[in-house]
Amino acid sequence: MSVNEILLAAGGALIMAFFSMVGGLWFAGIDRVLAARMQARIGPPVRQPFLDIAKLMIKQNVVPANAIPWLFNGAPVVALASAVTILLYIPMAGIPGLPILQGHGDLVLIMYLLILPALAMVAGGLAAGSPYATIGAQREMVTMIAYELPLAATIIAFAWKFASLGIEHPFSLATVAAQPVWTLVGPVGFMGLLLLLVTMLLVVPGELGRIPFDAPEAETEIAGGLLVEYSGRNLALFTLSLAVKTIVVTSLIVGLFFPWNLTDILAVACCATTAAMINLAFFILKLLVVMFFSVTLVRISVARFRINQVVDVYWKILGVLALLGMFLVMADALF
Amino acid sequence: MKTIEVKKPSGYFTQIGPAHPALKEPVMFNLDVEGERIIKADFAPGMSHRGIEWMGLRRNCIQVIYLAERICGICGITHSISFVRAVEQIAQIQVPVRAHYIRSIVGELERIHSHLLWAGVAAHELGFDSAFYLAWRVRENVMDLVEYLTGNRVHYAMIQIGGVRRDITREQFPRIEESMKFFDNAYDQLARVFLDDTTVQMRCRDCGVLTYEEARQLCPVGPTARASGIKKDVRVDHPYAGYADLDIEYMTPDRLTGEVRGDVYDRIVVRLLEVKQSIALVRQLLEQMPDGPLLAIPKPAVLLAKLKGAAGEAVGRHEAPRGEVMHYVRLEAGKDEPVSWKVKASSYSNYLSWIPMMEGEQIADIPIIAASIDPCISCTDRVALVQDGNRRVLTKAELHRLSVEKTRRIQASLSAR
Repeated sequence: MSVNEILLAAGGALIMAFFSMVGGLWFAGIDRVLAARMQARIGPPVRQPFLDIAKLMIKQNVVPANAIPWLFNGAPVVALASAVTILLYIPMAGIPGLPILQGHGDLVLIMYLLILPALAMVAGGLAAGSPYATIGAQREMVTMIAYELPLAATIIAFAWKFASLGIEHPFSLATVAAQPVWTLVGPVGFMGLLLLLVTMLLVVPGELGRIPFDAPEAETEIAGGLLVEYSGRNLALFTLSLAVKTIVVTSLIVGLFFPWNLTDILAVACCATTAAMINLAFFILKLLVVMFFSVTLVRISVARFRINQVVDVYWKILGVLALLGMFLVMADALF
Repeated sequence: MKTIEVKKPSGYFTQIGPAHPALKEPVMFNLDVEGERIIKADFAPGMSHRGIEWMGLRRNCIQVIYLAERICGICGITHSISFVRAVEQIAQIQVPVRAHYIRSIVGELERIHSHLLWAGVAAHELGFDSAFYLAWRVRENVMDLVEYLTGNRVHYAMIQIGGVRRDITREQFPRIEESMKFFDNAYDQLARVFLDDTTVQMRCRDCGVLTYEEARQLCPVGPTARASGIKKDVRVDHPYAGYADLDIEYMTPDRLTGEVRGDVYDRIVVRLLEVKQSIALVRQLLEQMPDGPLLAIPKPAVLLAKLKGAAGEAVGRHEAPRGEVMHYVRLEAGKDEPVSWKVKASSYSNYLSWIPMMEGEQIADIPIIAASIDPCISCTDRVALVQDGNRRVLTKAELHRLSVEKTRRIQASLSAR
């Protein structure tokens, strides 16, 4: 990379960070309003998460006496930074120049990067020196281990499909985005992909720590768990990292399963800027739909799982489902 | 005095409470945990003693009714009914039949609202907020009905010694029946949400079990006892108010599920069944309600004069939504205020069930187990002794010594008079 490219990437990363935070908070507001309406409530205004962040930023930032200050204060920064970093690898709506780090990472890297914000939260929780935060941190680690199996199975299934067709860079998200995977499989593989889609939609609440997989935070049990000691600016950073992560995981699902662009479907020919705008709007709509089905709808319709039930659900139910989906995708090639 | 020693356990020692999102009122759980599993559980009440009994000993009996209503923020009628039943026994006041019926109607409406409130709280403890909103939305209807009948949403001020203060007239029956129809439908919806939901079953089935034998030993009351298969209900065992005339039975979970497991799920079942039972009871009461006066002694001044002449002691009981409530009252001739007033809230009998319920379960189960007995902590609380930062428990010998000392003090002051 030349100096110019690096500067360009850095500038792009800042812009991405800004937009992903704004977008994530906007999504959080929409999620809250949708959930409220389904519970026959009015709900907060959509801008509520922005007001919350603004409030947290001016509030006192308390560091507990028995916390490890550098780790306690560092964790939120790492969480936010790593969440933004993932976004630099995920293609968006085929807009030229995105992802900023195109060609530098693949799905395996994204899988590892996804662990980082969660690990930062674990470190922050353990550094807080509160028993509730410690319990929350342990639960977070268990949850991470739990949802890794269905996540990995899905990614392997995708890579195997593309590799078996002799496509170059099977692990690259750009490859997946360029060729919607549904068009490459027959009826059996289609069934398998459906199973993988359901699995991935249910991995999202685990990744984001939402009900029913919110055992690490579990307000009524451990009073917010990992975040119990966090306040003010640090809590705002964690909230922002969660907002960015919402965009990240929904983008990942859209990138894997629904990479179509509106301009391609309608086959409209217009200038590049207009096309990019239309595609971006369509992309955000897809993200919202994915968020509605994987976060909002799930969290209002079930009770919270115990931590051992989280593992059971991810390994025994979703893990088996994902493996079955993977085998169906593989079996599809045989027919 | 003995200091409670916190023994260093093999695993970890952790505390939940007194201020914690799992608890709606202050109580403290001391837990030995190993990972997520609770090895040993104990609790320490005494965080919100309010001295209501002491206040009652400085008021006349009619004033105490309103004070008793305020012991609990949910059971508006429970404590006043128990108190007046004790006083009526002492003063030998015959309550008119119509007043008995009206007391029962308000009592059953209160049970519906209390159980729905509980259902909402339980759902919230499980992280199932949609069910919480549903239960509380349904509850608004009974609150409106109670406000329509009594003028108040919570503290109804319906009870008077020797009867009730307001009538429920024939013109009001259609409005009551309208609400009962609403609850018939709401019951089906709530049963579907709470009993058929897979995640609720995952969390509540075989969680927080209180076996029949344990229940026999610990003597819980109300739904907590009935969910463990113990047939115990003041309304059936010792009928009072309008209950003797009604078709009423013990609500145990096997009526719906065919078995008794004594877990949290069974306690949900019992409460939902009791909502249904209360709807039926209100209908029966309306059907059979006789005409007649509302008060044995309509004039408060006459009533006070009669009470001033009454002497003796009695226990008044009522089946509250949480189980049996007991008020001990002692009156002396020539005194306006009771000489002694002792309140046993239902949760006092249910507290100890927490320990066998919690041991062996997970930290995640604490909120729902704590909520499953529907604790009324502030209503129950007794004095806690704290000296130099240490909590102390008085032994039996010390309590005996203190009471002997107090008796001597009273004797001395009496002889000095």
